[in-house]
Amino acid sequence: MMRFLLRRTVTMLLTLVAISALVFIIINLPPGNYVTNQIAEMRSSGEAAGIERAAALIREHSLDRPLWEQYLIWVGFAPGPNGFNGLLQGNLGWSFELGRPVAEVVGETAGLTVIVNLAALMFVYLVALPLGTIAAVRANTWIDYLASLVGYIGLATPNFLLALIMLFYGARHFDIPIGGLMAREYEGEPMSWGKFVSILTHLIVPTIVIGTSAAAAVMRRLRANLMDELNKPYVETAKAKGVPPVTRVVRYPLRMALNPFVADIGNLAPQLVSGSVMISVVMSLPTLGPILLQSLRSQDIFMSGFVLLFVSGLTLLGMLISDILLAVLDPRIRLAGREGA
Amino acid sequence: MDHYVAPDRSHDAEADRQALDRADLDAPTRVLVWRRFRRHRLGVVCLIILALGYALLPFVEVLAPYNPNDFDEDNIYAPPQALYLFHEGAFVGLHTYATATVYDMDTGLVKRVTDTTRPLPVPVLTVCGETYHLFGFIEGRFRILCPPEEGELFLFGSDRLGRDMFSRMIHGARLSMTVGLIGVAVSFAIGLILGGLAGYFGGWCDSIVSRAIEIFRSLPELPIWLALSAAVPVNWGPVSVFVMISVILGLLDWPGLARAVRSKFLALREEDYVRAAELMGARPSRIIWRHMMPNFMSHLIASASLSIPAMILGETALSFLGLGLRPPAVSWGMMLNDALNLSAVEIYPWLLAPMAPVIFAVLAFSFVGDALRDALDPYS
Repeated sequence: MMRFLLRRTVTMLLTLVAISALVFIIINLPPGNYVTNQIAEMRSSGEAAGIERAAALIREHSLDRPLWEQYLIWVGFAPGPNGFNGLLQGNLGWSFELGRPVAEVVGETAGLTVIVNLAALMFVYLVALPLGTIAAVRANTWIDYLASLVGYIGLATPNFLLALIMLFYGARHFDIPIGGLMAREYEGEPMSWGKFVSILTHLIVPTIVIGTSAAAAVMRRLRANLMDELNKPYVETAKAKGVPPVTRVVRYPLRMALNPFVADIGNLAPQLVSGSVMISVVMSLPTLGPILLQSLRSQDIFMSGFVLLFVSGLTLLGMLISDILLAVLDPRIRLAGREGA
Repeated sequence: MDHYVAPDRSHDAEADRQALDRADLDAPTRVLVWRRFRRHRLGVVCLIILALGYALLPFVEVLAPYNPNDFDEDNIYAPPQALYLFHEGAFVGLHTYATATVYDMDTGLVKRVTDTTRPLPVPVLTVCGETYHLFGFIEGRFRILCPPEEGELFLFGSDRLGRDMFSRMIHGARLSMTVGLIGVAVSFAIGLILGGLAGYFGGWCDSIVSRAIEIFRSLPELPIWLALSAAVPVNWGPVSVFVMISVILGLLDWPGLARAVRSKFLALREEDYVRAAELMGARPSRIIWRHMMPNFMSHLIASASLSIPAMILGETALSFLGLGLRPPAVSWGMMLNDALNLSAVEIYPWLLAPMAPVIFAVLAFSFVGDALRDALDPYS
């Protein structure tokens, strides 16, 4: 088990390195960056002093080096002007647009991003597990059809539209607070019970919105898996021996059907993270989403690069967790998959 | 010997058994697949609607009452108008009523008041409005539905520039519906080539592709899409931007397909007929295209059709955030971009109208894809 864990973690770290290279290439695809754009602007307006300062910025962040050197310096594999000072050394870079270190900007919001995603994941499972089970056990009844209908609509509605609809009707007909992270009066206040409750109630709608489409997908898969299991002879045997209905479903078939369910966390992670980026923009939640959008627009490369890397890391973590859970839950996978191949 | 069930020998057990089974066994695969596909009523209905929709895409100019970028500063945020056949109980043909903007002195709000005393006939199948270019070179002004002589026809209301939502939705279908097709073609090509290489040659080729699949699969789609489309140069024309965005949408979709292709190749490589072809000296390309490909192509098409909805949603999301297509191009996502302004949505809810075709298209593709997959599944 320890060896398996170690192996998965090492693979994940290697993947993360590959992703960091990919991300760095992507953010450098558009010609120029925030600083060079500033310089071009100042040149046209004839501000000599600003140009000097911007040129210093370029030198300090070694933006004048070739791309591969910039990458190595950014990650911390190679020494920059100030020695080894990259992501590995804990320096997340400098946001040119905001004039603050990236760590400072991200620190306020990264935690919330993780919380929102975790809440959405919990929501997915809390909704999909019972609904999928009921839909499978009562297959082809109105409950099943209702669940399928809700599932299909959840799949087909882009989550930002769901957010808009909820904003539109939620604020009008129900007294659910929407938009922002907390009520106005708590902003800038120290943490208190009232503020905590306010944050919680503000997280309800984003959680539902982010989780719905994923929940729909998971529910459909669980239903299909469970229905396959329910047709197997051992269920028949249990029925013949007089095992009560609930135990009959929960004890073995559900457990069998749960494996792909757990494996899904890995597939869900990218989807949820994508969703949370989108929703945060629509609902003006102070997570990484709006920051990413803004930094991409202004070519604030270190900012957008780190945010992209962070959300990718988040999905990798989700996949790692799902792998570990799967190995714990199902010994067959470890034996057959890893050792044999 | 007498037959016990049918003593008059009208029942021929032998012939009955043979006739039915033979017909089924001899039928070509596509007939069998079509037969199974037909059992999914919803899938068939959706397929017909989608096919009709795509057939109409080249002719959107004729279908829409206005050109997509015709603006009308006098009718900003006009509410949806209805079409009527009867005026005060009498049949007067297709007509609508004029609306006027009235400033309410008491509340200080601008209100739209409908004048229901005077019906405005809506011309059908005539020549009207600005000139359009069908297929880009046929000039014309013929339209199925025209705005009335003295008045406007905003079936789904108008937007912040007074452009007709209905016409824009019809025109937007062109880009929104084709973006998925191009994206899927891109992802199909990449998946097929990489998956095929990995599966057929194995070895280091396989391990490199497998690693690439792992890496791309773990990327969160939307942020990467955002980053890539932010990299599309600002000075590109609408058509190149559109093609680029479709390619970007396809760039992240291939890992699933490549994995399917790879596993199929690994399995088929062991088959006897592939071995036989190899021994007879067939080149790899011939073995791949003539012997292996036909075996799993249908499955690939089914799974590809299931990823079209994701691309349509992706385009909508990108354009909605303002990083996708750019004006003067029109797509459903771009129209929804106006709805990003929440206070506008609250006062003018018809700005959300383009949502309906998005949801419908996605659902239709999902149903067709599901039905196709079921029909192609030999174990059903």
